[in-house]
Amino acid sequence: MAIVDTRIEGAGDPTGVAGARRPRRRGRAPSEPRPYVGWLFIAPNVLGVLAFTFIPLISVVLLSFTQWNLVSGFGGIEFVGLDNFIAVFRDPTFWRSLVITILYAGVAVPLTLVVGLALALALNRDLPGRGLLRAAFFIPYIVNIVAIGMTWQMLLDPGAGLVNQVLGVFGAEDLPQWFASSHWALPALILVTIWSQAGYANLIYLSALQDAPAQLYEAARIDGAGRWASFRAITWPSLLPTTVFLLVTLFVGISQTFGMIALITNGGPGSSTTTLSFYMYQTSFQFYRFGYASAVGLVTFIGIFAVMLLMWRAQRGRALHD
Amino acid sequence: MTDATGTDRSVRTGHGAGGSGPGAGPRREPGAGIGMAERQAMRARRDRMRRWAWGIPLWILALLFLLPFAWMISTSLKPDVEAFRIPMQWIPDEPRWENYTEVLFGENSILIPFGNSVFVAVLRVLGELTTATLAGYAFAKLRFPGRGPVFIAYLATSLIPAQLLLVPRFVYFEKLSLYDTLWALILPGMFTVLGTFLMRQYFISQPDEFAEAARLDGASEFQIFSRIYLPNATSMLSALAILTFVWSWNDYETPLVFLSSPEKYTLPMGLTSFTDENGAMAPGLSMAASVISIVPILLVFLIFQRRFVRAMTESALK
Repeated sequence: MAIVDTRIEGAGDPTGVAGARRPRRRGRAPSEPRPYVGWLFIAPNVLGVLAFTFIPLISVVLLSFTQWNLVSGFGGIEFVGLDNFIAVFRDPTFWRSLVITILYAGVAVPLTLVVGLALALALNRDLPGRGLLRAAFFIPYIVNIVAIGMTWQMLLDPGAGLVNQVLGVFGAEDLPQWFASSHWALPALILVTIWSQAGYANLIYLSALQDAPAQLYEAARIDGAGRWASFRAITWPSLLPTTVFLLVTLFVGISQTFGMIALITNGGPGSSTTTLSFYMYQTSFQFYRFGYASAVGLVTFIGIFAVMLLMWRAQRGRALHD
Repeated sequence: MTDATGTDRSVRTGHGAGGSGPGAGPRREPGAGIGMAERQAMRARRDRMRRWAWGIPLWILALLFLLPFAWMISTSLKPDVEAFRIPMQWIPDEPRWENYTEVLFGENSILIPFGNSVFVAVLRVLGELTTATLAGYAFAKLRFPGRGPVFIAYLATSLIPAQLLLVPRFVYFEKLSLYDTLWALILPGMFTVLGTFLMRQYFISQPDEFAEAARLDGASEFQIFSRIYLPNATSMLSALAILTFVWSWNDYETPLVFLSSPEKYTLPMGLTSFTDENGAMAPGLSMAASVISIVPILLVFLIFQRRFVRAMTESALK
């Protein structure tokens, strides 16, 4: 993952002495921290993560082999083996949600990237009020989803919403019905998602552009390379790691979009915006099928994990190839 | 760049060749010098034009981007019946400030959710800063048995989507009587893997030499951490504080699942409670509440913009 540097110094050296690397420090025992000290430092966080993340995760795995509806109490937990997983693969709603999730993330993620990159390239110039401009595009990203959702719901109201009023002024007929129509709900969701996430992609791209090698541009210009040529030869390759990072984080974030769906469409109309994450929520907290919901969640998680692994391998392959 | 140096040099040469006396001052030779100045002025003008040629469309785009917020403010000052009037009136004839007083002090006062949100966010920030800083420091600077495996377990944990954990957390919180309390939001938010990563990345970038020297002087590990490394980390700490605050302030999913009584609601939940007689969203009140919910986060962002931006980018990419 690009998220963190995974190198672990002295990881193969459980004694913590790392004698081979630092021979002169051997025998200077008083200056070495005692081995348990590190554990004291990490203990608060590790205990919390164990309690609130790790144990729940194991419980999900266990629950996915059971049938349980909470109301019946712990006595009502019934072991059903692989039944849940078999049911998941036979569940048409699951497959439909998968297709919707792929459509949603598959369109929203690349478009967010493109908008973010275009904005970053434009905002990387010398502009009047540049700092404020940069902030303006980032604001939708930090505003809470409920305020955003309610606002867009009204802006995209098919009859009286501002968007359709403006489209009407331009003489458009057959105005899109947005969240009221099963054809338009997903595109509307994608539109709002891009609007709210582009500022994030923009910000990360902007910071990557600061590190772009200035002397290379100079050399390219002297060689007579045009703007597009130097973008393709210098800028784009130098942004590749950033792009992969954004692909991963946007994919993880957008494929888990929940608030907007729960708030605006509640998965509908019909099931046109029921993504996997919303389906998970429905099965657990609307239908109280906890065992089945756990299985849906695990299958989804494994799928997302596999996609990220593929993206990561593709990037590494590219890097080695270059 | 090249042009600038070229200009510089020729000006200097001109100066020398002209052999202007000591009293002549910096005035350039006539002829070549004026052409140069003109060309420079032209270039400056062209740069200025280009600056605005890009600037104006981008400003228009930015205003379009922010248009939903303008609509939000406009609607927050209207009676509900006027929210959808065609054509839209951007500035209401009689701004209805009562929407704000109603939202703040009326039946579903936003002040209680506001207070809950502040309480949750502050405790989450304090807890996160404490545990993530200690753990991040240890993963970066201390050697101890099991560090590698624990860290790898952390890495794997960070990929788990939050939604997957909602069901078991729900069950636990029910059993521990934490369901429908604010602690259900606070506790998981105090111990995060992501915060630990961010702090670890920061401490890795700091030199080891301080610690080694202090150790030889007999300082304890905690003293090294608290007196040497921590005071230097203030900018990273405030960045993590801001990020945690934003996550906590805007979280909608967790309160939706773990809270049931309206007096425990946090702000995002509170925003949804303004409805008309038919149970539909009341535009004026909802938008007034939304504006109020955005103000703190906007202030935090604008005040700490640089630090926030740096934290977002550094923590993400290094």
